[in-house]
Amino acid sequence: MFEFILPNAWLIPLVPVLAFALIGLFLHRWPKISAALSIFSIAIAFILALVIAGGVFSAPAGTVYEFSTRWLDMPGLQVDMGLLIDALTAVMLLVVTTVALLVQIYSLGYMKGDPGIASYYAYQSLFAASMLGLVIANNLGQMFVFWELVGICSYLLIGFWFGKYSARNAAIKAFITNRVGDFGFLLAILFLQIMFGTLNFGELSDSMAGFTNMTILIPVAILLFCGPIGKSAQFPLHVWLPDAMEGPTPVSALIHAATMVAAGVYLVARAFFIFSAVPQAMTVIAVIGGFTALFAATIALTQNDIKRILAYSTLSQLGYMMMAMGIGAMTAGMFHLMTHAFFKSLLFLGAGSVIVAMHEEQDIWKMGGLYKKMPITTWTFIIGALALSGIPPLSGFWSKDEILLGALASGHIGLYIIGAFVAFLTALYMFRLIFVAFFGSNKAGAEKAQENSAVMTVPLIILAAISVVAGLVNSPLMHNAFGHYINSPAGIEPHPSLIIMISSTVIALAGIAMAWLIYQKQVISAEDLKYRFEGIYKVLYHKYYIDEIYAWLGARLVDGMAKVLYWFDIYVVNGFINAIAYVTAITGEVLKFTEDGQVQTYALYMFAGIVLLLVSALYAVYTVLI
Amino acid sequence: MIGLTHYLLLGTVVFCIGLFGVLSKRNAIAVLMSVELMLNAVNINFVAINKFITPNDVTGQLFSIFVIVVAAAEVAVGLALIISIYRHRKSVDLNDFNLLKW
Amino acid sequence: MNNFPILSLILLAPLIGAIIIMCLPKDNGKAIKYIAAISTFLSLLLSLVVFIGYDRSLGGMQFVEKIPWIADLGVNYALGVDGISLPLMLLTNLIGFSAVYASWNNKERIKEFFALLLILITGVMGTFVTTDLFIFFLFYEVVVIPIYLMVIMWGSTKRVTKEYAGMKLTIYLLIGSAFLMVGLISLFIKAKGITGVPSMDMAFLATIDFPVSFQVMVFAFMAFAFGTLLSMFPFHAWSPDGYAGAPTAVSMIHAGVLKKIGGYGLIRIGLFILPAGAQIIAPIIAVLAIGNVVYAAYICISQKDLKYIVGYSSVSHMGYVLIGIAALNLISINGAIIMMFAHGVMAALFFAMIGNLYEKSHTRNVDDFGGLAHQMPRLSVGFMLAGLASLGLPGMVNFIGEFTIFVGAFSTYKVLTIIGVSGIIFTALYILRALGNVLFGPRREEWDHLQDLKGPEMVPLIVLGAAILIGGIFPFTLMDLISSGVGDLIAQVGLVQIGGIL
Repeated sequence: MFEFILPNAWLIPLVPVLAFALIGLFLHRWPKISAALSIFSIAIAFILALVIAGGVFSAPAGTVYEFSTRWLDMPGLQVDMGLLIDALTAVMLLVVTTVALLVQIYSLGYMKGDPGIASYYAYQSLFAASMLGLVIANNLGQMFVFWELVGICSYLLIGFWFGKYSARNAAIKAFITNRVGDFGFLLAILFLQIMFGTLNFGELSDSMAGFTNMTILIPVAILLFCGPIGKSAQFPLHVWLPDAMEGPTPVSALIHAATMVAAGVYLVARAFFIFSAVPQAMTVIAVIGGFTALFAATIALTQNDIKRILAYSTLSQLGYMMMAMGIGAMTAGMFHLMTHAFFKSLLFLGAGSVIVAMHEEQDIWKMGGLYKKMPITTWTFIIGALALSGIPPLSGFWSKDEILLGALASGHIGLYIIGAFVAFLTALYMFRLIFVAFFGSNKAGAEKAQENSAVMTVPLIILAAISVVAGLVNSPLMHNAFGHYINSPAGIEPHPSLIIMISSTVIALAGIAMAWLIYQKQVISAEDLKYRFEGIYKVLYHKYYIDEIYAWLGARLVDGMAKVLYWFDIYVVNGFINAIAYVTAITGEVLKFTEDGQVQTYALYMFAGIVLLLVSALYAVYTVLI
Repeated sequence: MIGLTHYLLLGTVVFCIGLFGVLSKRNAIAVLMSVELMLNAVNINFVAINKFITPNDVTGQLFSIFVIVVAAAEVAVGLALIISIYRHRKSVDLNDFNLLKW
Repeated sequence: MNNFPILSLILLAPLIGAIIIMCLPKDNGKAIKYIAAISTFLSLLLSLVVFIGYDRSLGGMQFVEKIPWIADLGVNYALGVDGISLPLMLLTNLIGFSAVYASWNNKERIKEFFALLLILITGVMGTFVTTDLFIFFLFYEVVVIPIYLMVIMWGSTKRVTKEYAGMKLTIYLLIGSAFLMVGLISLFIKAKGITGVPSMDMAFLATIDFPVSFQVMVFAFMAFAFGTLLSMFPFHAWSPDGYAGAPTAVSMIHAGVLKKIGGYGLIRIGLFILPAGAQIIAPIIAVLAIGNVVYAAYICISQKDLKYIVGYSSVSHMGYVLIGIAALNLISINGAIIMMFAHGVMAALFFAMIGNLYEKSHTRNVDDFGGLAHQMPRLSVGFMLAGLASLGLPGMVNFIGEFTIFVGAFSTYKVLTIIGVSGIIFTALYILRALGNVLFGPRREEWDHLQDLKGPEMVPLIVLGAAILIGGIFPFTLMDLISSGVGDLIAQVGLVQIGGIL
């Protein structure tokens, strides 16, 4: 079984892409068949991924299977479409197919009655295919291809309800912001291609070994990191992710929490041999990651939209992963990617369940007391939140702990403090959400809320179960099996420390306790805090005014400049052309008066011409003779 | 003794009179007559040069006969045109014939 | 089968169609359209046969035909295709066939319209399939007349009048052709002086070693002539106005293929015959090319008329082609050719969709639209396909072109290419904004009466859309062919190969 599947792992992305083509070309009139086909195809991909994972994890660690075929071939430039199957790929395949499958099933309930179900599932299939293609890529060229394709799927799905201006603009913003990052990514690819003549990860890794020209390597590594900055929404290109919540909630769960946004982290892990060779780039990654984690967590404290809170939480956690990568804890970063994918998609799907029950209401202050109406959603949501906050023995605890451990072990005390503080903030904002939305007093809209059908709750339960146990794979209880398979020679693997485990648990519990005091018991008045720190509150509530700054700059540097250049084109370039035409016309206008219609004038011109010719001829003869 | 120079001078004088007539006369018929003068000036030159330079050939005479023939045809056509224009516009004044103006 | 004059047939089929149409009564619209469709379809089919039948392992000129024509000038009616001209010939026929269908709803003077359209297609195609400079020039001149007539007769007046647009287009074309003629004549005379043989054969001229100063001068003429045709900055002013004024079919053919004669000529005549001149002039072209990319992309952002957006965007994309040519290596020239193909199908599809929308709504202003995806889903698919191709999304053939050009150009011009790559951001910005404004947003009731694409209107979408996707997903179908053609050229003139560590 494994022997057959392995060289044919390209089937994994191919099956969903076939589903996309079939739905797009023929089946779009029949939404139910389209949905069934899409789910069926992702289920097949899931089974194939399971088989591959089984094969990879039964082989000795470090085994790599690689197959490729020429896609673009000319002397000096070869781009392959290939398969690179190792433990990293296998984990990503499992994560992507699992979450995608559950999300697609969940969407049956969430999207019920929407007129665009067929195209929704078509896009979902295309996304699944692109994401899986990205995961199995064995070279940067292929990765870029699928990188852009997941970007366009994200664009299509954010703008799925295209009748809304906000959805349309969010979709455009997401794509453009990502393009800014991809600009750097593409340049890095060009540099690598020119420097080493290959884009294959294995060959690049070999070539890098003897390459020490740091003056060129530093910019290349930083340019390469621009891609992840865009895709994983790191500061300063994070602005698109909160707006991306305009898409349907299952889309947010799959694309903007679990899989696509993690692709940046995956790229860093995949190209870890490049980054780890450049300490300066590692510092940049760690600092940007740590800053994003803190920055987004503070914003999450003040938001009122349930999806936006989760979106900022995603930003913050992605920053966490990047920070892990930057300090060299590649295993921990990937581990957190995996656990985060499960519990964050669980949280988003839970939020979706609430939104359906509340009839499209997303403001947490208009909810309240939902735990009585929606027990399954509430309890699974709480499990997700606990996992996210890092309460043992849930999955988030193990992964987050390892990152903090790595920060401390590698001597990044500052980053450790940031990480610990972010862990506190995470617990605080998550339980603020829970106490306000699920407990507290019933608000008007929450009266009629009721639990959703099984098609939506069963995926929640499955994800909750995974969120509980997923962390164990890299715990001392299972002898750090995850780290055994996924590691980097350049990475760090510190020994677990009981002190850190206890301290981070305490920090998380402190966050939860504080949320309980403020929002449940109301010992400390939230309103009071708001007024006392009004300046800070406003800055946080407006997300540090970054969007406004970008809008201001965009209006001047892009739109203003465009107008100036258009003016230049019309009045200078075209003006020059028209001026030439005008001069020609004017000359004609003037000269036409010589044509007065009098035969005798013409005869005079003729005579004058003859005289002129004669004189010049005589002059020529004269000069020759003399 | 009258030599080639005299004939050529005569030709030049007649040609210039004709040219002046063509350029300055307003009456179309006078212009036509002036053109005849110019043509005949050329004829004088032809015959004279033939006589003085190559007395054994008759090329000059031959050419002047050609010119006379063409001139006759031209007068016929020219007069016909003028008559036609006169019928149309009741005038033979060249200043009125400026339809081909800007 | 070997001696079957298949290229002549491809070339003459539209011309024969035009002659038949001229003989038909002018109120028989149906017959006229069918004749036009059949003759272009025949060309398309046969060029697909040539595309498949071309022996890629052998390379070089194939399907050669040669009939002496003017012996004293060494002019032959010589046809032949290689890896450089074959994709462009195929492109011409793809677009020609689609253009006939894009004009299917035309009701005004259809007899003259389709006759001129077919002559135009023949003229454009002739420049690609001939191997003789004189014939090349002849076909180039053939193109001018139908273009002018079609713009002033069936064009539309928006920012500028159609007469202005037609005149601008024609004069630019003619200025280019005047310079081209000077270049050709001096080439001919110089070649005759060196070898003593009068010849207009491109391959023969390429074997002659012209003095460098002569090459620089003639290449400068060529660069100006072909650069104008390719809308090289700052000689691009005709392009947006011209496309905006022209009827749909003319915009499609002009932006799709006619423009590409410029790039093709630069490679085939410029690089091939005058390599030393090319090497000296190329940096200037590269700088202007980056001017194209960034400047035109920026202007697009401020545009409101859909045709102006595509017009300026085509100027911007031609910058990529130009820098690909100017980088003078195998990869970049490969990229330039596939980019010409890619831009051709993309621009033609865009113009077909815009034309269709304009025909129904009588406006092209972006702000007048909104939410058209509600009423016209198929048209939206066409727009999206063209738009995404335009912004270089992988899976579309344009990405292959851009990526290859970037790799090739980057090895020659570092800074310029980095500036050029930034064009991908601006392109995404204006394309997505325009598409967003036209297709997405709340439903607008005033457009409820618009009919979606149906029947013959679907043909351009299917034909060109398929070309975009097939070329993008299976790039080797085109790239192997192009690479063989460019490889021959490079081997012959000895241009630099890519490589080397920075």
